[in-house]
Amino acid sequence: MSSTYLGMPAVPVYGSGNLHTAEPFPVAARRELDNEQLRANLGHATHTIRDKRLRVVAELPDWEELREAGSATKAAVMARLPELLEQFEENFTARGGVIHWARDAAEANEIVRDLIRDAGADEVVKVKSMATQEIGLNEYLEEHGISAFETDLAELIVQLDHDKPSHILVPAIHKNRSQIRDIFLREMPDVDPNLTDTPARLAEAARLHLRRKFLSAKVAISGANFALADTGTLAVVESEGNGRMCLTLPETLITVMGVEKLLPSWTDLEVFMQLLPRSSTGERMNPYTSLWTGVTEGDGPQNVHLVLLDNGRSAALADERGRSALHCIRCSACMNVCPVYERTGGHAYGSTYPGPIGAILSPLLTGITSEENASLPYASSLCGACYDACPVKINIPEILVHLRSEDVQSRRGTKKVPGQMDVAMKAASWMMGSGRRMALVEKALPLGKLAAGPDRKIKKLPGIAAGWTRSRDLPAPPAQSFRDWWAKEHEDTASKEQA
Amino acid sequence: MKIALFATCIVDAMYPSTARATVSILERLGHDVVFPAGQACCGQMHLNSGYFTEAVPVVRNHIEAFEAEEYDVAVAPSGSCVASVKHQHAMLARSVGDSDLETRATAVGARTYELSALLTDVLGVTDAAAQLGSWYPHRITYHPSCHGMRLLRLGDRQANLLRTVEGLELEPLPEADQCCGFGGTFSLKNADVSSAMLADKNANIAATGAQLCSGGDASCLMHIGGGLSREGSGISTLHFAEILASTREHPAPPPGAVRGGSRSAARLAGKGRQ
Ligand code: SF4
Repeated sequence: MSSTYLGMPAVPVYGSGNLHTAEPFPVAARRELDNEQLRANLGHATHTIRDKRLRVVAELPDWEELREAGSATKAAVMARLPELLEQFEENFTARGGVIHWARDAAEANEIVRDLIRDAGADEVVKVKSMATQEIGLNEYLEEHGISAFETDLAELIVQLDHDKPSHILVPAIHKNRSQIRDIFLREMPDVDPNLTDTPARLAEAARLHLRRKFLSAKVAISGANFALADTGTLAVVESEGNGRMCLTLPETLITVMGVEKLLPSWTDLEVFMQLLPRSSTGERMNPYTSLWTGVTEGDGPQNVHLVLLDNGRSAALADERGRSALHCIRCSACMNVCPVYERTGGHAYGSTYPGPIGAILSPLLTGITSEENASLPYASSLCGACYDACPVKINIPEILVHLRSEDVQSRRGTKKVPGQMDVAMKAASWMMGSGRRMALVEKALPLGKLAAGPDRKIKKLPGIAAGWTRSRDLPAPPAQSFRDWWAKEHEDTASKEQA
Repeated sequence: MKIALFATCIVDAMYPSTARATVSILERLGHDVVFPAGQACCGQMHLNSGYFTEAVPVVRNHIEAFEAEEYDVAVAPSGSCVASVKHQHAMLARSVGDSDLETRATAVGARTYELSALLTDVLGVTDAAAQLGSWYPHRITYHPSCHGMRLLRLGDRQANLLRTVEGLELEPLPEADQCCGFGGTFSLKNADVSSAMLADKNANIAATGAQLCSGGDASCLMHIGGGLSREGSGISTLHFAEILASTREHPAPPPGAVRGGSRSAARLAGKGRQ
């Protein structure tokens, strides 16, 4: 563990905000699994986008080299983050931008609220942003009498429905077209009552609804996909153009961004602009890329602010084996290929970050000690599909296993009564730590037949194994282990040879 | 060539016929098989569940057992166990700061092969019927397990070997690359999600019309087979080693006759190994 990052204190400061799940994953997952509509919607959406991604990725002969390059750049950024942040701050400030540093969600929210008040506004338009969801900005602003309007279509749907996003790129992935039409009819004041559920009509309704907001808003809030240290430039990548309206029309622009989004230089964008759109929407290039460097007199926002958010990132950075989770460019490819996400949806993960990346990022940012977040690293069969899909090659399965070991370790010696799993693992370790002991236990295995019925299947097991037999039979153990058979066979050979 | 068999704990205890089939294939090719008696388990279950402290004696035992024997290569009829030996043992040794064990783990890992990789890449088996006398006149489908597919990059090796078995018809499995939902203790800790994944896998298997699903990992097959059995589908599972080992003289049990490990073990045991 290094203790030099960002002047990090010896005890890591963990993140707060929408990073904690309220209940353990298996409990939440069980509830979501019962939602047939959700599963159908998710299955359809993830399969469509998955196939699209595979097609456009296959077009690039150098995809693996690009992933390598992206991964290497991100690793280099993590290795010298404090230095790059300083360089970025210098350049951003020199071009008329203002930087604010926020240690956690509460600090970031306060800074943004004060900036909005200074601008004399009580309404803001928002560009889709994960960082502001992470800190719970909309809810916070609402409590303080400021209305925040999401302008991304999917984000708008979720907001209008008073729901939570369930995917980082397609927040309304769990809803289908007719559900969306119903939400619009219910929640948009001047919507056409004959609205149909064709995508074009839905998009048009949203456009009319948003236009008024764009033209009246004095303040916009955005996230950022990248920040370039050598020029002090921020970048937002999007599909609809609503983001660009927010980034250019209002007088004041406030961006909230995690410190890990930095790239060393403008030229690094080349790699990431190839990796990101193909991985996220399965497009060769996204329709809108907006880049801004400080303030340009008479053009665009004249007050440009950036809130640089730590919120547990220093703690994640200090974890050498988990650090690469910060390489994430929020493309969502991992959740689109994840068999667990596909069946539970994003809400089961509780935090802003669902799917495989959420299963590692949330506990890294908050620490593994909360019991609920400690359940997240187990929300994976370790099938490895996420690692294959990740454009910056984050070895998610390896980090999941690392975090599981942290969880097990953190519980060691603290609990008065060890759990069933702890006891079973200890016993299995003793047994499997020697061929001789294993052989002894195997001799007792045929007794397992007693547990099996006449059809030689075991249909009900107690304790932690009960979940298995809820939907699966176990075969009765065989009469003889391989080891035993081998020994007998070779005994015979040996004695025959002697004879 | 002298080949050390790593039977893996689950095959040794629950599916002995798979290990015996592996021995039979290797001996038919003219190789010497040894069974390091000290072996027990690769420690994958402990490692993947985060029980690193408990994994250490298991991993150490594996390394010692395979160092104790003289052999050219080691083989296991299991992609996930080989992936653990190759990718996790050295990592564990490193994480507990034992550099000597790390070196030894790397050495054992380097000469350990998954069965289809050994057959294809080292022993030059391209035609199971011609080289092994493999005969299994049934329509089957095949599920490639995640660890073999992604960590070991086995590609089509297992399926290609199956395709060359005389009489065998291989039905492609829709969404074959999707995880079956086993995942070791995942199937206990997140039993409901695991069951949902399994249900989809088994629906895909049923859609092929085949009466048997083969694969290269006994644990995945136990999981898939357990679900098929509970559904009363009549579809069974069988490790690809047993299909490669199947001949006209000593056929593996036909689809439907295989139920769990016991029945096929009993049948093979009845035939004996001459
Ligand atoms: S972990 Fe990788 S695949 Fe998942 S969202 Fe982040 S960059 Fe994309």
